[in-house]
Amino acid sequence: MAAPIEEKDQTTQDPRKEGIASSIRVVPHVPKGGIMFQDITPLLLDPKVFKDTVDLFIERYTGKDISAVAGIEARGFIFGPPIALAIGAKFIPLRKPRKLPGEVISEAYVLEYGRDCLEMHVGAVQQGEHVLVVDDLIATGGTLCAAISLLERAGAKVVECACVIELPELKGRERLKDTPLYVLVESH
Amino acid sequence: MLHTSLYCRLSPSPSHLRSLVLSSRPFPSVSVRTSPTLSLRRTRVNRSIAMATTEDSRIERIASSIRVIPNWPKPGVMFQDITTLLLDPQAFKDSIDLFVERYKDKDITVVAGVEARGFIFGPPIALAMGAKFVPMRKPKKLPGEVISEEYSLEYGTDVMEMHVGAVQPGDRVLVIDDLIATGGTLCAAIRLIERVGAEVVESACVIELPELKGREKLGDRPLFVLIKAKGV
Repeated sequence: MAAPIEEKDQTTQDPRKEGIASSIRVVPHVPKGGIMFQDITPLLLDPKVFKDTVDLFIERYTGKDISAVAGIEARGFIFGPPIALAIGAKFIPLRKPRKLPGEVISEAYVLEYGRDCLEMHVGAVQQGEHVLVVDDLIATGGTLCAAISLLERAGAKVVECACVIELPELKGRERLKDTPLYVLVESH
Repeated sequence: MLHTSLYCRLSPSPSHLRSLVLSSRPFPSVSVRTSPTLSLRRTRVNRSIAMATTEDSRIERIASSIRVIPNWPKPGVMFQDITTLLLDPQAFKDSIDLFVERYKDKDITVVAGVEARGFIFGPPIALAMGAKFVPMRKPKKLPGEVISEEYSLEYGTDVMEMHVGAVQPGDRVLVIDDLIATGGTLCAAIRLIERVGAEVVESACVIELPELKGREKLGDRPLFVLIKAKGV
């Protein structure tokens, strides 16, 4: 079950996180036996909770000199653009292979259940730009690491990764090493 | 249960569900050259683009931000790449604003976005209007119980899925995708929504390729687009 991240001082726990945590549906054995899939679609069906989710990110990143938000296909495309629009940043889709037309750079990676490859358009970021990477969830951190690698190869700096959900037992946070991670809820 | 609608012939919308057809003005054609505002390698292409209203400079900025990639994914296709629109925060905001202005007083309860580029435009519209967002996905992506609709492609077929219970009878739905070409994908989305007893108030896209006759495929189902572009 998803739960809000416990703040050090309980009185500062943002009440919006309770609603977010309880809107996430856990579906057992998807995509295969043993995996508990964290389904964010019920969150999207509750306009107040969806707005709260996006607002929490916007409040954190407004005025932080972030010029681009990179969202990971496909659920990062749901949360990334509203943040980008609110903070006046570009939105950069990071996509599965052969989806982006034109010239791309590619990064292969291993994920929780399989292998994959992530691509970004050449020219999407400029040298020195500050970028936020967004996805719905961090598990082992493989996908986010690939995203960070693509952006750094293009000369940008990833200032933080932001996810709705973290699965702490899979140690994705450690895999991100020096790149900060911010999440709203964790699930065990 | 899988429904097949290989020819995607939408039956006429039931009269009790038929919404007021939102009128569209005749579109004058203007030539717009893509402006090199970005350091992306691109081909500058002269193309005729019809505009929703000539007075609306937001449309002009949106149109010139879209990059055309010739011969992708195969020879003869001029691919309309909206990623360059997303790299222009003002143009991206304008595109969302134009949709929200049109739909905010239409009592839309659901915005359904077609994977994957519909996921980029749909949620900001849903959030602005206080509507639910429902992702319409490729097969085996949604984890729960789904209903499926098969639809035809140029070669072969594909399947679109929606979660059971996401859309309720009586919901007023806006369907969003970045582009309409032949209309096959949008037809599949409309059929899924109508199968659960909801009404598709309108389908909305950033770009239409009129030569591919997607609007005709939608029949009497309303379609609104910001830009019409030549696909060849």
